[in-house]
Amino acid sequence: MSEPAVVDPQHGRHLLAEMLRIRRFEERCAELYSAGHIRGFLHLYIGEEAVAVGAMQALTPDDAIVATYREHGHALARGIPATALMAEMFGKQEGCSRGRGGSMHVFDAATRFYGGNAIVGGGLPVAVGLALADRMSNRPRVTACFFGDGAVAEGEFHESLNLAALWRLPVLFLCENNLYAMGTRIERALAETDIVMKARSYRIPADVVDGMDVLAVEDAARRAVAAVRRGDGPMFLELQTYRFRAHSMFDAELYRDKAEVEQWKQRDPIAIFAARLTREAGLTAGEYQEIDAHALREVQEAVAFAEAGTWEPVDELTTDVYTPRMEEVRHA
Amino acid sequence: MPDVAASPIVRMTYRDASRAGIREALLRDPRVFLMGEDVGRYGGAYAVSKGLLAEFGPERIRDTPLSESAFVGAGIGAALGGMRPIVEVMTVNFSLLALDQIVNNAATIRHMSGGQFSVPLVIRMVTGAGRQLAAQHAHSLEGWYAHIPGLRIVAPATLEDVRGMLWTALEDPDPVLIFEHQGLYNMEGDLAANAGPVDIDRAAVRRRGDDVTVVTYGGSLFKSLQAAEMAMAEGISAEVIDLRTLRPLDMETVVASVRRTHRVVVADEGWRSGSLSAEITTRLVEQAFYDLDAPVARVCTEEVPIPYPKHLEDAAVPQPATIRAAIQRVVAAGAR
Repeated sequence: MSEPAVVDPQHGRHLLAEMLRIRRFEERCAELYSAGHIRGFLHLYIGEEAVAVGAMQALTPDDAIVATYREHGHALARGIPATALMAEMFGKQEGCSRGRGGSMHVFDAATRFYGGNAIVGGGLPVAVGLALADRMSNRPRVTACFFGDGAVAEGEFHESLNLAALWRLPVLFLCENNLYAMGTRIERALAETDIVMKARSYRIPADVVDGMDVLAVEDAARRAVAAVRRGDGPMFLELQTYRFRAHSMFDAELYRDKAEVEQWKQRDPIAIFAARLTREAGLTAGEYQEIDAHALREVQEAVAFAEAGTWEPVDELTTDVYTPRMEEVRHA
Repeated sequence: MPDVAASPIVRMTYRDASRAGIREALLRDPRVFLMGEDVGRYGGAYAVSKGLLAEFGPERIRDTPLSESAFVGAGIGAALGGMRPIVEVMTVNFSLLALDQIVNNAATIRHMSGGQFSVPLVIRMVTGAGRQLAAQHAHSLEGWYAHIPGLRIVAPATLEDVRGMLWTALEDPDPVLIFEHQGLYNMEGDLAANAGPVDIDRAAVRRRGDDVTVVTYGGSLFKSLQAAEMAMAEGISAEVIDLRTLRPLDMETVVASVRRTHRVVVADEGWRSGSLSAEITTRLVEQAFYDLDAPVARVCTEEVPIPYPKHLEDAAVPQPATIRAAIQRVVAAGAR
């Protein structure tokens, strides 16, 4: 991967701010979980911020996103307000999914965000279908489908790649390879760990990208999105990354060495990129603090919004199972 | 509704009527397309879509690879993206390969999204025994699907329904699963050339009677009607209700009938244990207990995977004779 020669100072600061928003949001979620405000399963994106932030730069508002249960970062980077996202974590009806989904099921029609899928591999066929609808309607849209290395072992991964390639559908497959499917390391799950080779076996052009380098991710995503939008069929990127925190809040991390985690933390995408901005784009310590303070304020406001949010009345329990018959079906 | 009376009557099979429904939907709405295994060049495993590829082309009559999860999921995505897909799954047994997409996505997305996204998807699949297709092509699992909130389940048993339910299902904003019994495809009947959409909410009384209510659907409807004719010999007047829609159940029609007849036979090709027939029976206990003059009788498939030999397959599933015996039993038990 060739590194872009120059960091645009303004855009660089934007990328840093986006990654910091996610980091601070996730750190606060962990605290709120311990305090009992967030329940269920909570999967944090800390360490992987460069992937969502870099990839989202390449997408337009018309494009669609399909993500996994570790999707807070994607939601924030896509533009779902932190307030609505945090309220969703709390289960409040002001949440982006009206509190019905929680941490793992973030949906947002305004930004064409189609979950929040907590069945590993389950989002891929849906992404293929969204792309099929665009193809059949002659809309130059792209569907970006995020999933992890765990999904590569699922049948739905293979079925979906084959179908997308066979019908040359406008899907960008984004495999976030953080080396672990929950607690099972990739070598213990895949007989062949070369993931892009699998994509290429379906005749899908595929690249490996340093997922800790936000500019590398953005650059690769922009090229891939351009090709998909041109009508070249699906593209595939493997973003090599690492989650710094446990799989979920219930995980004692018995399956990996603390030394390995520490080693990856040396490649913290935020620290590395901040250093680069300092070096190449004149970022000062004061500026960094200001960006960080802004992120913290946004999270604080989100928490206040969620705390002030309301519980859906129990007598509405069975709503939104079926669409009221008279209602127009809303499509993005 | 079209003026059926003014239209010529056409002799056709259930298969023809199903095809006519699909064809009409394709003509009516450019968002409609059909996809599934061998629906195009092959003409459909049960020849339902024969000829449609030539008329509508490969974009709208899409042959898929053998990837049930991917193409059912793609149907969900396409529905979210504004299309109106008809996904054909060759048999209900194969639909188990797409169970994740049907149960975890199609049925849940409206709810999980807090009402932001509906999934206007129609899945057609073949169900039932009777053609010696053995234990992986002949089961009746529609009752399983009827367990799932978020889905609507319909089982057309007549030409009029198999033709008319499809359009109504396509207009439904939520996922609808249509179960076509394989034993019905060659059934012939008369249908108005311009037969149109029918409701997918209500059960239908297919035969009036006073002494006992037979509750059934799909492939067991005509067996139940035959059984009712046979029971006439014993002077028993049996009412036959075709449920038509398995979720939500139209218990109003069933209970209204039971309030008159006071005796019930449920004929269901699903297995007895944990079944749709159990659900109907329980609801009758809840809603019409004091109207019953005899215990409810059930005629279900024996608790065995469907066997290949004809005599064993016939013995496994409800038949006119076994339904008739059940009718006689409840009438005798309920005699006062």
